[in-house]
Amino acid sequence: MSIDTTAAASRQGMDAKVIEALGASERPPAASPITSSLVFGWRALLKIKHVPEQLFDVTMFPIMFTLMFTYIFGGALAGSPSDYLPYLVPGILVQTVVMITMYTAMTINNDIEKGVFDRIRSLPVWRPSLLVGSLLGDTLRYTMASTIILLVTLALGYRAPGGILGVVAAVALLLVFCFSLSWIWTLLGLKLRTPNAVMGVSMMVLFPLTFASNVFVPVDTMPGWLESVVNVNPVTILVDAARSLMDGEADGSAILTVLVMSAVLVAIFGPLTMRVFSRKS
Amino acid sequence: MTDLAIETHGLVKIFGEHRAVDGVDLAVPAGGVYGVLGPNGAGKTTTIRMLATLLKPDGGSARVLGHDVLAEAGAVRSKVAMTGQFASLDEDLTGAENLVMLGRLYGYSRLAARDRAAQLLDAFDLSDASDRQVKKYSGGMRRRIDIAGSIVVRPELMFLDEPTTGLDPRSRNQVWDIVRALVSVGTTVLLTTQYLDEADQLADRIAVIDRGTVIAEGTSGQLKASVGSGAVHVRVADPAQREEASRLLATRLSAETTLGSDPYSLTMRVTEPTAVPAALAALHDGGIVVTEFSLGQPSLDEVFLALTGEHVSTEAEEGVPA
Repeated sequence: MSIDTTAAASRQGMDAKVIEALGASERPPAASPITSSLVFGWRALLKIKHVPEQLFDVTMFPIMFTLMFTYIFGGALAGSPSDYLPYLVPGILVQTVVMITMYTAMTINNDIEKGVFDRIRSLPVWRPSLLVGSLLGDTLRYTMASTIILLVTLALGYRAPGGILGVVAAVALLLVFCFSLSWIWTLLGLKLRTPNAVMGVSMMVLFPLTFASNVFVPVDTMPGWLESVVNVNPVTILVDAARSLMDGEADGSAILTVLVMSAVLVAIFGPLTMRVFSRKS
Repeated sequence: MTDLAIETHGLVKIFGEHRAVDGVDLAVPAGGVYGVLGPNGAGKTTTIRMLATLLKPDGGSARVLGHDVLAEAGAVRSKVAMTGQFASLDEDLTGAENLVMLGRLYGYSRLAARDRAAQLLDAFDLSDASDRQVKKYSGGMRRRIDIAGSIVVRPELMFLDEPTTGLDPRSRNQVWDIVRALVSVGTTVLLTTQYLDEADQLADRIAVIDRGTVIAEGTSGQLKASVGSGAVHVRVADPAQREEASRLLATRLSAETTLGSDPYSLTMRVTEPTAVPAALAALHDGGIVVTEFSLGQPSLDEVFLALTGEHVSTEAEEGVPA
């Protein structure tokens, strides 16, 4: 237990400061649900700042997908890549953003594994704010991915007939849907044991969901039995709505259906997630 | 009842077939440090997680600071803080960002949270590392920032789950100093540890937990007294002489010797400390060179050995019934 005198002196100094810091704390009034949600959203932003690699998925994937599908399939599907763009852009926008919603589950699963989740659950805050906050952060990621795709396709020569307003409306609708869809992933993130399992399950869900749709080709080119499946795929309806907005011919019923689907998703998976969240052991 | 910070009756938690916590009764007085001592897998962390409202008990009851952990979980959470292996800060964020975040969550304004974070970082000797990501901290820094995060608002009760496991002696001393500082301002600390000397150094009272139940409780003095009045520790210069030394001592002190795993050492519990000087003289007369000879209270290690019938460090997965 022998410590040299300087170390002992610095320990004494630390003690005094610790005691002072302890004495100085007074309990502020509890944070409101909105504040705590925003704080968790801020945390998501900080994570992007410190681990920019995680943006790879929302930057490189969209660029890669857009370029590949435009130039590889464009000629075969629409005569030329530039003729394919007007059809593809709304589709690829939806596909990319829907795909990256699964990272919501990964983030939550990571928090549980690392113990951050427990620390936060032991705080006197409105518990759902952790989820709401990270969904806000995710929404920012979706916006970034959308922006990148739109910029790339703009460079490739795509001009939306619906104008800026149509594009903004389409992206807004997409964000609403993805925010709602993310509640499924929060539930999965809480339920599954490892980030790898989360990855596996979400791939299994997302690949058929995004490819068995009208993202790349019109539904009427498919065999009849598939057509009926694809037509009820929520992604198809979302792409229809986005396409109509970007083409400047807003399809009211498709947009309304997307909004209703979003509301239903939140109504079902929101409470379900919260139930699991507060019971999580 | 208000004098008890924690009161549990028959607390049970079952994971599948495994009864991780199997009827724990605790009565932790307010103020001071209460040590929960036990080997890995004894149920210490599970107990703490139930008390911190992170886990629902499967049986029994628990009151923390007068509030039921089930019915008044919110009230409990507003008064306690938890630090340990299973309650961690965000490793991707810097130390300062973590503390600001916690401050904001506790309700501080942006500015006040920033001031508070700076003050805590300074107090815990972490100012230089404030803008470094927590995952790049050393073990000792990591433990300090974890504790700092728990006292952004001073809790009435703090759970420290194995705060010094894996730390070097200097960092361990720093953590101990922080614990003493916490106690000096009136916070009750419940500390789990697998280190006997840590419980001995810090805790006013100790509960020894093994296989999900409390097998002994009291001050460290009481626990030691329950084992015997004193212990003689001897180290011989030549391992070949240990047998002979053991025989001589056994005769002189009429007590049984225990040969340590270290070939130089032997230990014995004595009931008659006055006979000890004569025993030392007998060793000398017998030509046995002794490098260390001490009479003292039994260590908690020996207490643990006596209570569980098994050495802590060789604790097996399945073993003798408690």
